[in-house]
Amino acid sequence: MILYLLTFLLFGIGLYGVWTKRHLIRVIMGLIIMETAMNLFLVLIGYRHAGVAPILTGSHNETATMVDPIPQALVLTAIVIGLATTALLLAFSVRIYAKYKTLDLDKIRNLRG
Amino acid sequence: MSEIALYFVMPLATALLLVLFGHWIERWAGAIVSAVFLLLTAVTVHLWMGVDFPVSIAVGGWTPIDGVPLGIHWVMDGLALLMLGVINLIGVVVAVYSIGSMVKFTKLRKYYALLLLLGLGMNGVILAGDFFTLYVFLEISAISSYILVAFDRGAEAMEASLKYQVLGGTASMLILMGIALIYRLTGTLNMADAARVLLGMKAAPTVQFVGVLFLAGFGVKAAIMPFHAWLPDAHPAAPAPVSALLSGVVVKVLGIYPLCRIFFHVIGFQGVWPEVWIVLGGVSLMAGNILALAQWDIKRLLAYCSVSQIGYIFLALGLGTPLGLVAGLFHLVTHAVGKALLFFNAGVIVHVAGNRDMRALGGMATQLPFTRRTYLISAFSVAGLPPFAGFWSKLFIIVACVEAGRPFWGIWAAIGSMLTLAAFLKIQKHVFAGEVQGKRLYVHEAVFSRKVSMVFLAVLCVLLGFLAIPALYQQILSPASEVLIQGVSASLEILRQ
Repeated sequence: MILYLLTFLLFGIGLYGVWTKRHLIRVIMGLIIMETAMNLFLVLIGYRHAGVAPILTGSHNETATMVDPIPQALVLTAIVIGLATTALLLAFSVRIYAKYKTLDLDKIRNLRG
Repeated sequence: MSEIALYFVMPLATALLLVLFGHWIERWAGAIVSAVFLLLTAVTVHLWMGVDFPVSIAVGGWTPIDGVPLGIHWVMDGLALLMLGVINLIGVVVAVYSIGSMVKFTKLRKYYALLLLLGLGMNGVILAGDFFTLYVFLEISAISSYILVAFDRGAEAMEASLKYQVLGGTASMLILMGIALIYRLTGTLNMADAARVLLGMKAAPTVQFVGVLFLAGFGVKAAIMPFHAWLPDAHPAAPAPVSALLSGVVVKVLGIYPLCRIFFHVIGFQGVWPEVWIVLGGVSLMAGNILALAQWDIKRLLAYCSVSQIGYIFLALGLGTPLGLVAGLFHLVTHAVGKALLFFNAGVIVHVAGNRDMRALGGMATQLPFTRRTYLISAFSVAGLPPFAGFWSKLFIIVACVEAGRPFWGIWAAIGSMLTLAAFLKIQKHVFAGEVQGKRLYVHEAVFSRKVSMVFLAVLCVLLGFLAIPALYQQILSPASEVLIQGVSASLEILRQ
């Protein structure tokens, strides 16, 4: 249970970063922290105490002790999607920096008028 | 039912073709993309004419366990069919309009490839029968729309897209958390199976929490009022055909449709939820209209108007009565057509004047007589003046409110409708009427491809009004609304297939 609460805390830290930080890179870091928290949460859902890797070997009654493989598959997909969104965000940040010479969101807004 | 694979294969294969060999076929890229969307529209009509619903397809050929498909699962029913028709029809029009309006851009093949990927993602969201497929296709369409918003690479577009990405990314995380909790609770990712398991369980507070997560996550995608902050930046900054697609279709497919699926078919639309939907919709429609009235940027005004029309759809669907659901879906269709045409008109105006500030426009009635006519048709339709389609869908919403015993919201919707009309008259006054003022980059009417798509949508704005005839809406809208009326039992029917 404490592990679940810690992942939610991590998620909250990410959300706090996205909402309050005014520096673009920190906002992106907040998003990455949220993604990591979600991935941890998914892995935790599939976790079994003293479980083994979910590979069928044919021995007796092994499925009972296996960890759940579905969340692991989901996490792999979620990591790939996260990579795409983060790469896109960082590419845009490079462009924004080239245009404004700053990554401070307040200054970017001011320039817009 | 192998036709369903076309919804994925055609856009994906063509997008790949455009990226790999686009250098040689760039001149025909627009025509090719229009043809792809036209084919998919034809497939939708074909399925509508000849197939019994719901159809359930388990991808990959894994044997279902107790009727529950494993892995990727596609579900095709009346609602999905209606949405697929709207997506691909607007897709055709947007692609045709792009031929004439995107000529000033380079890298057109990438634009068209992204348009196809956006279409692919939306088709996938509509057909997804399990949560994770839904999430993956949601991200495909979201990422392509982030890039399309910033396609002209100006400072404003980059900034708007960045805002969209940060909010959209946060929303995706909330949705993923909801999916993870559903899996933890029910042990399945299949929507129909999750509905069955949840039906057998006592109403747990966790289910309500999952509902809140989904409402917030998809609410951002739908731009419903407290979550709308990205839309008035992102939609105006995008090129005209992209704005039309985003405002007309994307917010509904990525926001409203998954919410309908999840609330009506999985969680169960009862308890506090109808009230929440009605209040969110009501707030959204009034505040969106008032904010629209205050705008001077023509495309920003239209974007705020989208927020308010989304509010109408939420309000009508939230009523949960048969007439309310028909009215919500009816308004979804008429608004998709009307708002796409409004953004097309705005695209012509911005193209001619070179800016979007209405204070520097005026007297365009003499310069753009054609655009003025299509503008009036679309504005009257969205604002709800008879005999255009938007009038009938709003009338349905108001009647549904009264019928459901909530006359207050009916009056509320009628007042909101007048404010929409006021906002459109503001455009009429400052852009078309009066003396010619402000400089013009060119004075010429829309080119042929733009005219074709605008006329087509204008005709639809009138013709869709005939959906108000019971014999017609029972053919087209009722199969979709019945899927929602059945609620969770629709999911059980899918499992029996």
